[in-house]
Amino acid sequence: MKEQRINEAPAIVTESLNLWYGTFQALFDIDLEVSRNKVTAMIGPSGCGKTTLLRSVNRINERLGYVRTTGSIEVLGHDIYEPEVDLVQVRKQVGMVFQRPNPLPLSIRDNVLFGHRTHRERGVKVSRQDEDEIVEKALREVLLWDTVRDRLAGAATELALEEQQKLCIARLLPVKPAVLLMDEPCSALDPNGTEAVEELIWDLRGDYTILIVTHNMAQARRASDECVFMLLGKLVEHTRTDKMFVAPKHQETADYIEGRYG
Amino acid sequence: MSSRDPGQAAALDRRDLAWYVDKLAQILVFIGGISGIILILGIFVFIGSEGLPFIVSKLNIGEFFTSPLWRPTSEANPTYGILALMAGTASVTGLAMVVAVPFSLGAAIYIAEFARGRTREVLKVLVEMLAAIPSVVWGFIGLSIMNPVIIKLFNVPVGLNVLNAGFILGLMAAPIMTTIAEDALKAVPEGYREAAEAMGATRWQVVRNVVLPAAKSGLVAAVLLGVGRGFGETMAVLMASGHSINLPTSPFDSVRALTATIAAELGETAVGSDHYRVLFTLGILLFLVTFVINLTADLVVRGIGKK
Repeated sequence: MKEQRINEAPAIVTESLNLWYGTFQALFDIDLEVSRNKVTAMIGPSGCGKTTLLRSVNRINERLGYVRTTGSIEVLGHDIYEPEVDLVQVRKQVGMVFQRPNPLPLSIRDNVLFGHRTHRERGVKVSRQDEDEIVEKALREVLLWDTVRDRLAGAATELALEEQQKLCIARLLPVKPAVLLMDEPCSALDPNGTEAVEELIWDLRGDYTILIVTHNMAQARRASDECVFMLLGKLVEHTRTDKMFVAPKHQETADYIEGRYG
Repeated sequence: MSSRDPGQAAALDRRDLAWYVDKLAQILVFIGGISGIILILGIFVFIGSEGLPFIVSKLNIGEFFTSPLWRPTSEANPTYGILALMAGTASVTGLAMVVAVPFSLGAAIYIAEFARGRTREVLKVLVEMLAAIPSVVWGFIGLSIMNPVIIKLFNVPVGLNVLNAGFILGLMAAPIMTTIAEDALKAVPEGYREAAEAMGATRWQVVRNVVLPAAKSGLVAAVLLGVGRGFGETMAVLMASGHSINLPTSPFDSVRALTATIAAELGETAVGSDHYRVLFTLGILLFLVTFVINLTADLVVRGIGKK
């Protein structure tokens, strides 16, 4: 079964991706292939462009308004920077989890259903029962159901941070995304929360292609299949995680992993 | 704890220039801060002392609130009924809100959520400039521009009426409401918008499903402050409403507002007369109403923190 997956086409392919914030170039000729249904971690010192790269994959970067991109990013074989691309569809396929848990100021239930309601076709009625099922399924998948089943109508912002972050993952699932982008999803959590969310991410792999940015080397090492090392806007090394941490090919990677800078 | 004796501590407490400057600044700031409270209390005491004795001893409260007859200058039988004045104020303020709420909320949503870069900056400055137009200028516009327009457009004999005053007042209240509503929208954390957009919501879906509900209390406060503004506005209403005592039955009726009554009549009354005192009673009423509106707005805004 493992062999079969390796043969599948990569989920995300970037080709000579350059990105500027105004006149500042943040990414230089990034060529990256992210394997399908695996966890790929991006590591590198602050300002190396890993978050920028992550935020290019669902084009959320463009909210800033002064971002310019050249090159291409293909998600499941479709170039998302083509002019006729519908951003709504891109973001349906590519879900994102942010650094700080950011549940919407709605009830837990409405948070889980938000994406689903957004992408539901016009005029299609979904019964309350169906919605209940969607909510339960998503919350079970992130191991949150038993904690919140009795207070689905309660405010999502009152959950513990760790639970909020799980909810932020749960609300992506009902629209069945192929890719999950995670921007340091555990950095606002305490060690227990980090462990719980990491386990969850590990459980989700296989069903989703997960691209995760992390500052935490140990996290990258224990919770990813492949690892990408970036430095100053360039992609330095991309190999299997176990290889990178044992025998990095580049001197910069070795220095970073050993904590000589960053 | 340290075991220094007091003498040593005093020696460390050096009274140099910086110490005195600091003390002086503290006192000045304290006086500045407390003067606002003292002034408000002073105004309250003044209005109260001029109006209260009359309310207690002479005023027929039932007639005051239910009679539409405002005849303070009648020699034989003066009546002090403010029903028509209240109806005037309420109808003008009500119409003003009908005009101002959609304008100001629309402008606030556009400026806060859709406009970018220079457009937004220019709009914000323009809205603030609109808020700075003196009310007498608005009244002038009502008198000299709106009046003939209304006469021509609707074929009515008089253009100074509820419609005119309400429209003018609405335009007056809109800028300040826009500014407050925009602040409320800006206070919605950016993370909410980003989260919703990342889930594929369009800008409008983000605004409707996330930002507006989150900013609800701030928006309600903006509307309430607009109502308070309309209630208290005097000059523009005086000039544009026709200033004739009427229980309005259509927007084309001339009316008179509480505030305008005080402004127009206080200068012509004998100090200490019943007429003089009843105008102060109107003042107390206005004071209470605007106080309650502003307090409600304030409480509603604070409600944000509780959620």
